[in-house]
Amino acid sequence: MISKEERKLVLRLIVFLFASIALMLTDHNSDYLKTVRAQLLGGVYPIQYLVNWPVKAGQSLSKNLNSHFQLLGENANLRDDNLRLQVKLQKFEDIKNENQRLRRLLGASEKLGERVEVAEVLAVNINQSRRKILINKGLSDGVFTHQPVIDAQGVIGQVIEVGIFSSIVMLITDPEHELPVQVVRTGLRTVAKGMGTVNRLSLLYLSNTELNTSIKVGDLIVTSGAGQKFPKGYLVATVIQVNPDIGKPYAQGQAQPRSALERNWEVLLVWQLEPSTVINDEFKTINSQ
Amino acid sequence: MNVEQHHSTWVIILSFFISFILAIMPLPDWALSWRPDWVALVLIYWCIALPQRVGIATGWFVGIILDVLNDTLLGQHALAFSLIGYISVKIYRKMRLFPRWQQAIVVFALIASAKLLGVLIHSLFGSPEMNQPLFYPALTSLLLWPWLFIILRDMRRTYRVS
Repeated sequence: MISKEERKLVLRLIVFLFASIALMLTDHNSDYLKTVRAQLLGGVYPIQYLVNWPVKAGQSLSKNLNSHFQLLGENANLRDDNLRLQVKLQKFEDIKNENQRLRRLLGASEKLGERVEVAEVLAVNINQSRRKILINKGLSDGVFTHQPVIDAQGVIGQVIEVGIFSSIVMLITDPEHELPVQVVRTGLRTVAKGMGTVNRLSLLYLSNTELNTSIKVGDLIVTSGAGQKFPKGYLVATVIQVNPDIGKPYAQGQAQPRSALERNWEVLLVWQLEPSTVINDEFKTINSQ
Repeated sequence: MNVEQHHSTWVIILSFFISFILAIMPLPDWALSWRPDWVALVLIYWCIALPQRVGIATGWFVGIILDVLNDTLLGQHALAFSLIGYISVKIYRKMRLFPRWQQAIVVFALIASAKLLGVLIHSLFGSPEMNQPLFYPALTSLLLWPWLFIILRDMRRTYRVS
């Protein structure tokens, strides 16, 4: 005999189960829920910030406790580094300008410039089976989905979820992440796929015959610009292993990411500038000169 | 809703808030797969203590928040938690009579089956699932249940949540 109370309970369960299933199907198959997710991500930001806060406080405390001499030494080192980089940059500016001029002569249109901005990584665990991080920049800072994220050493990943004040970045080591890449030495194109483990990428679609000439251990890999999401030429990884696999159409390759993926506290967001804006900027500088 | 009830709602919300914090707190790598399912534990407690107020709807709502925090499919935790809510509300009378260790075993079963459901949903929607040990979180939840029960019960009594 089912009581009235119990029937009400079962009815309610069915309603909520259907609601969940409908949500999952929409979330999986379409982008309708993108804005809802963005709002919700903004809503839970206080929780994430609260978790992040003690870790950051501890870090700044240990920074403050550094001895004076240590800081002086660090400062001197940084100044040296800065000087060296500035010298390099002078040459780079020159080459960049020349490159742009040549491209314009050839009539080649390509996205030329990039703007970068620093974002802080929040000390929050997203999902232990995945490789994702949370950063403190969101819609209000102009972050968009599929935006490339890099650090000083190389590519880190791309933004997959944008909230109002924060966004979630999928690292290139996530098993769902695939990145079109190219070997610097030979120009061989391949795809670097995450394996879900720390610091390993697997290289897809390497044919067995190419192993002799086109790729070897120690080669550098950069983004190839295919797929339009990542700008061309950013460092990704170093090849650490290539094995021919006779039984299969493709050989197996593994690479180690250059950037400190899971140990970063600061990352860089990249905005690609359209060619027209770059030229406008140039005109402005010429006019001001 | 009178003032006292309003006051007590805040206690429930606060306990869930703390459980969210514990659920996304950074841990060393070896401890990650042992992290107990804090939110489910708190949910089960309130379902047993106040089945008229906390149940399927609360479970669903809390699950949605956890989905956003964990960046899983929207509705994945909501589905599992509304089921947990339903079962705990249905057996709350028995659970109250059980000795603490027997309660803990039921909690283990609930959380383990919720995790299993999560894996099932994952494989249904085609995203690869890492081979992480499933029952570790349920096991740590089992060990923590008696202590959590005492803490939440004391909280409920001091603030007279009913």
